[in-house]
Amino acid sequence: MKNRKPLSLRVPQPKHRPGDSPDFTGLVVPEAGSVRRPDIGVRPHDIADLAYSLIRVLDSSHRAVGPWDPRLDPDTLRRGLVSMLLTRAYDDRMYRAQRQGRTSFYMKSTGEEAVATAASYALERDDMCFPSYRQQGILIARGYPLFKMMCQVYSNPADPLKGRQLPIMYSAKDHGFFSISGNLGTQFPQAVGWAMASAYKGDDRIAASWVGEGTTAEGDFHHACTFAAVYRAPVILNVVNNQWAISSFSGIAGGDDSTFASRAIGYGLPGLRVDGNDFLAVYAATQWAAERARSNLGATLIELYTYRVEGHSTSDDPSRYRPQDEAKAWPLGDPIERLKNHLIQLGEWDEERHQAAHKDAVEQVRASDREASALGTLGQAKPSIKTMFEDVYKDMPWHIRKQRQEMGF
Amino acid sequence: MNMIQALNSAMDTMLERDPNVLIFGEDVGYFGGVFRATEGLQKKYGVTRCFDTPIGEGGIIATAVGMGAYGLRPVVEIQFADYIYPAFDQLVSEAARLRYRSAGDFSAAMTVRTPYGGGIFGGQTHSQSPEAIFTHVTGLKTVVPSTPYDAKGLLISAIEDDDPVIFLEPKRIYNGPFNGRHDQPVVPWSKHPASEVPEGYYTVPLGRANIVRPGEKMTVLAYGTMVYVALTAAEASGIDAEVIDLRTLLPVDIETIVTSVEKTGRCVIIHEATRTSGYGAELSALVQEHCFYHLEAPIERVTGWDTPYPHAFEWEYFPGPERVTAAMRRVLEG
Repeated sequence: MKNRKPLSLRVPQPKHRPGDSPDFTGLVVPEAGSVRRPDIGVRPHDIADLAYSLIRVLDSSHRAVGPWDPRLDPDTLRRGLVSMLLTRAYDDRMYRAQRQGRTSFYMKSTGEEAVATAASYALERDDMCFPSYRQQGILIARGYPLFKMMCQVYSNPADPLKGRQLPIMYSAKDHGFFSISGNLGTQFPQAVGWAMASAYKGDDRIAASWVGEGTTAEGDFHHACTFAAVYRAPVILNVVNNQWAISSFSGIAGGDDSTFASRAIGYGLPGLRVDGNDFLAVYAATQWAAERARSNLGATLIELYTYRVEGHSTSDDPSRYRPQDEAKAWPLGDPIERLKNHLIQLGEWDEERHQAAHKDAVEQVRASDREASALGTLGQAKPSIKTMFEDVYKDMPWHIRKQRQEMGF
Repeated sequence: MNMIQALNSAMDTMLERDPNVLIFGEDVGYFGGVFRATEGLQKKYGVTRCFDTPIGEGGIIATAVGMGAYGLRPVVEIQFADYIYPAFDQLVSEAARLRYRSAGDFSAAMTVRTPYGGGIFGGQTHSQSPEAIFTHVTGLKTVVPSTPYDAKGLLISAIEDDDPVIFLEPKRIYNGPFNGRHDQPVVPWSKHPASEVPEGYYTVPLGRANIVRPGEKMTVLAYGTMVYVALTAAEASGIDAEVIDLRTLLPVDIETIVTSVEKTGRCVIIHEATRTSGYGAELSALVQEHCFYHLEAPIERVTGWDTPYPHAFEWEYFPGPERVTAAMRRVLEG
């Protein structure tokens, strides 16, 4: 007993901090097309290796290769590209709006546009999405008006959420977009419940949800996986591994000795690990999981391997905790550039058209902003104060009515 | 020092004095916390004494219980009080009851620091005031500082306390004593005498209130940010009010409250939290039970409305000096 070595506490640390040169040479990136595509009826147990690999379709010469190539027609590819361009232009504009004091808060999805956009294209329009705060791309891909998104960000009189929610916490039931909570991971098991309800009702709709890799540490992640497996719920559980949870690298979430996709194995779920910056790979994996769910075969856990190019939010300054040029060194590239180059390689796109599409996206965003700003930005104009007391309950109890009267309404 | 620096100094002091003290929470390590309260502590004391945790509040509190049971004094940060709920079972059923259920065989000293309150346009998930949820749980102590000096002294007392302490930090006054006048610039702490914070060890005892403004005509009970709203309302109304900063909500300093209300015969209670079953209800009941025959007017509560904290209506929701002044006038005339 006495001869034993004393124990020591391990606290994982990232490889690089501010001042270091980012270096991803140790990162194992399998060749595009090298991962097998199993039949959707496969036993989860038999594809455990997929949870440790990386499904990629676009190769280094921008070709779509291998069994996961979803063989999308050029029109769909172009629409996907335009959705991502629009998402990025929207993010840039709203980020600036916050910096100009026109709203209190904003969160960009730069570099992660394919995660939300490609999934939206692979899902049916009436499937229900339970997003985290960084999947604004879903709304944009589904054609939700930018104007309404902006009114929400500005908490102005046309805000569909009546000024109640922090900017970007959208809700759009008619676009299959569940109300975003500021609390992490709560939507993950709720998506499972929605999917169970769909199964109970004999419906054909499925649910999909997204959390960051950091959020997998919340109990809600475990609840989602357990319930999804037990009830074989028709749901797609996405973990967006963008490497950083505010200042904590993915190792603090338990990602340095394992993968997030591999969490699936213990629950008896299939786990796919996917290049999240590859539009085609995200599309294909989502399509596989959706087919599986719709065939009553249950849930799939998908890890989308990507990189958070910007700060966590406008309240964050990533230069305080990671090398400034880490995003540039990210070896899996930029999702917009990669899809653009693929389309060019197919002969279905060129620089000129790309510049025109980019300009068009910026102009659409600018026009919507003019319209939304005309109704007021945060603090300039807001919904009626009277509405502040509504919707706490369906029917207003006496004590809230009394408080509303105290306010003069 | 501002309040953040004072809190940092308290943790620094205790890390230095007691090897059993350690700090952990989301983003508190290398980054130093989203409000910078733990800045520099990891660098000074090493990664095993101030470290980042996974995003799992239940895990943070549960591991603190285990460490406390071992004999350490963990000081954990929950990034926003609004995020504490996944840890609720560990706080209510475990931390609060461990001593009782094991008849003293086990106990878990621990301090849970968490920023609370609104006024920062944080919307409903970065603005709540959940203090009454904790004062309702027997076995927990609940502390709310309102100055840098008290923040440091109370935090050291909390860390040294052998019972679990919920240490709620009014984030709106981290940088200065905001008084509810949102259209005016906040005076920084450097202009306030309570920003003179000694470098080393000292304590402010738990369970003792502070009379921040003596007066004869009525007692105003407040804590956290609302202390400055109360002071501003007293000033604006011209009413000779006695403003009491409770500092510890549980165990509350009943003597100071009773002595004051017996003297003034009137009482206004203010808090930012929602009204129904809020901490003001407990205070109101205590005053009624102890001072009924001295009361000359009904007790009034000025609180946040019974709605979630609405982003666009920050200042309509926040119980500012106008609402407090109006209540004080009613109580004076009542």
